[in-house]
Amino acid sequence: MNTPILTVSELDVSFTQYASGLRTRTLTGIAGLNIEVREGEILAVIGASGSGKTLLAQAILGILPRNADVTGEIRFRGERLTAARRRRTLGREISYIPQSVTNLDPLMPVGEQVRIGLDPKTAHQEQSRLFARYGLASEAARLYPFELSGGMLRRVLFATSVRDTVRLIIADEPTPGLHAEAVEEVLRHLRELAADGVAVLLITHDIVSAVSVAERVAVMNGGRLITVEPAAAFTGDGDGLGHPFARDLWRALPQNRFSIGGVEWH
Amino acid sequence: MSTATDHRPRLRARRDVVVSLSTVVLLVTCVVAGHLFLDDTALRPNSALRLLPPSIGHPFGTDHLGRDLFTRVVKGLALSLGIGVLTAAISTVISAVLGICAALLGRRVDGVISWLIDLSIGIPHLIFMILLAFTVGGGIPGIVLGIAFTHWMSLALLVRADVKQIRDAEFILVARGLGRSSLFIACRHVLPLVLPQLLVGFVLMFPHVILHEAALTFLGFGFSPQTPAIGILLSEGMPHISSGMWWLAVLPGLALLLLVLGFARLGDRVRTVLDPATSNG
Amino acid sequence: MPRLLLLRVLRLATLLIGVSVLAFALVHNSPIDPIQAYIGANVDITDEQLARLREQWGLDRSPIEQYLAWAREMIQGNFGTSTLYEAPVIDVMGARFGASLALMGVAWTMSGVLGYLLGVTAATHRGRLADRLISWYSYTLSATPTFWLGIVFLVVFSVWLGWFPVGLAGPQGVPAEDVTFAQRLHHFVLPSITLSAVGVANIAMHTREKMTDVLNSDYVAFARARGESDWQIFRNHGFRNSVVPAVTLQFAYFAELFGGSVLAETVFSYPGLGSTLTEAALGGDVPLLLGIVLVSAVFVFTGNLIADVVNAAIDPRIRSRA
Repeated sequence: MNTPILTVSELDVSFTQYASGLRTRTLTGIAGLNIEVREGEILAVIGASGSGKTLLAQAILGILPRNADVTGEIRFRGERLTAARRRRTLGREISYIPQSVTNLDPLMPVGEQVRIGLDPKTAHQEQSRLFARYGLASEAARLYPFELSGGMLRRVLFATSVRDTVRLIIADEPTPGLHAEAVEEVLRHLRELAADGVAVLLITHDIVSAVSVAERVAVMNGGRLITVEPAAAFTGDGDGLGHPFARDLWRALPQNRFSIGGVEWH
Repeated sequence: MSTATDHRPRLRARRDVVVSLSTVVLLVTCVVAGHLFLDDTALRPNSALRLLPPSIGHPFGTDHLGRDLFTRVVKGLALSLGIGVLTAAISTVISAVLGICAALLGRRVDGVISWLIDLSIGIPHLIFMILLAFTVGGGIPGIVLGIAFTHWMSLALLVRADVKQIRDAEFILVARGLGRSSLFIACRHVLPLVLPQLLVGFVLMFPHVILHEAALTFLGFGFSPQTPAIGILLSEGMPHISSGMWWLAVLPGLALLLLVLGFARLGDRVRTVLDPATSNG
Repeated sequence: MPRLLLLRVLRLATLLIGVSVLAFALVHNSPIDPIQAYIGANVDITDEQLARLREQWGLDRSPIEQYLAWAREMIQGNFGTSTLYEAPVIDVMGARFGASLALMGVAWTMSGVLGYLLGVTAATHRGRLADRLISWYSYTLSATPTFWLGIVFLVVFSVWLGWFPVGLAGPQGVPAEDVTFAQRLHHFVLPSITLSAVGVANIAMHTREKMTDVLNSDYVAFARARGESDWQIFRNHGFRNSVVPAVTLQFAYFAELFGGSVLAETVFSYPGLGSTLTEAALGGDVPLLLGIVLVSAVFVFTGNLIADVVNAAIDPRIRSRA
């Protein structure tokens, strides 16, 4: 239960930006970040937009924009995640559930998209099984993304990420735009995956769902990791929270009515 | 990444416009100055100077009548520029009028104009031009009308799309409410807004117009054989290339290519600055 | 889908009628008197014979009557008699259309395939040497007069290197039926390369843009995150998202292809429809001119029609709407 799957240490992500003429300046995306996700655990990373939480996902997956500089160390199951190792693990041991349904190819039937990366011999069978698991009709496999509803597309995105071999799932904002019932469904799927022993890194700005599903909650702000708190501490008036920033965040939520101000959210 | 907007392309695009504008101005100045000041005696047939290869005295060599090819090419480019300005201007006016009418005067007019656009796109440009040159009976009018009537379509479509976007804007609805006529609205409110688009369209049209002028004159339409149009220079040079007089056919075309390239670059870069979304970076 | 096709075909019919009216009206108002052009230098024709000719050709009737009579003949496949060749227009065109079609067909296919591949290469190597070379080539070629490129090829390959003959579809002085296939091919290479070289520019630039958009898309980023290799990304997503616009564009390119072939055929004295058109217009051969204008319009409209249909047939988003 406690084997670390993903270990990120001293991660820095910065961007070289051209100011005027040939002068350049460096923008910091993430600075000195340390984080660990263990087997069977859901770690939620919360933060406002611009806090660097999506950059974290992109850095792990190696899909940062070209002008990004990355230093620090990312280890997956104890070994450094190099470009060569990514080629072997992405889509097999590491899965990514992206934020937007525009991540599906508009000209490829969704069933085919789910089958990418599966063993060709059993791909059709496996895809049918996944469709059934996520409540998608088997006829939907032949449809194109524009023919499915937003909620169905999200389930397709889930289906693309579930593999027998998967050890780490990075889910980037899987819930916005969904109604309460669908959010609950997405969270339930994540919990199921964790119960199978998968480590889940859930990136979200929705504290409530993060707290309801995760074991631990990491709070990011301005490219820095502020604190990692146990999800259970986000309760009541938040007295159990170690860091004042986390406490302020929790109390600033409208339903907690403790609004002390001071923290800008969303 | 929203955190790392790259400002450099924009700045570079502006600098590029200045560079290509300067290049074009320089080229045009040279051509016009050459046209005005080059010694016309070099254009008189001189049997002693027939078919000389390029040299310092005759940088482009001489033709089959002993005329200086460089002088003739400069005159030809000046002619291309003159015809280019005239035809591109007419074409731009046609695009503006038809584009604005299509957008403002209701569905039926729009339908007729879009049918007209399809029709004009359907006849290959060069064949339409040949047909018009034939009808008008050759000469400059044939060339000018032929080219002007075949280059307005894409700009008209752009203008129509632009005007459709602003058609229901408040200031236009207010003007309509005040009982202003469509003509008044078109001239007073719409035209100033599409003016940049027309300007870019004009510049982008220019290379095509010049190329088509050369093609038509090469095929034998338009000018009398003595006129130093680039197309005519090239068709005159054709019979001599098999005997090794390459400069007659290569150099005039190269000069034209440079001029066209200058305008094409300028057009592209102006478009990049005005409308970064469609630029090709 | 059938509805879309029907609408398109109907529009095509109205456009063709438009072209025929336009062409007829233009030629009709030309200062060149068709009778005069027909008689040419033949001066011993009496006024009476002239009047009979006018009547025979229907020149004494109103323009509308003349058009209708002409159109009726056209629909029956009678394009009239070429005054230059003194043969039925349909025969004159038939003999040359095949030659033009071969030339354009080869240039169209070569420029399409090569242009697409170059566009993809440029996009995948954006900003690097390959991209710069391809962009520079496309840019320069689109500013190059087609006929001048043909002349330069002639100078380089025929005159300097002596690899190819200077012109014509076969060797000079040899009767057409005695020209061997190899000789024909020999005379065919340069014009087709000229036409292809020019055509590549257009498709390469457009594919480069389209492919760049595809590579910057969310779905390609996701494909990377799923561990797809560059080749898998191209096979799974790049190709299907960029090939339809390329094919569409290539069909819409028919008009420029035809114009280009007029120039290439003239430079290389290639006996196709294009060089014949120039002859007809310069020689005042009205029936032949009208015939070729109509054929070229049919050719271009067909290309545009195919472009629309291909687009609708392949793209599922359009397919489901039609």
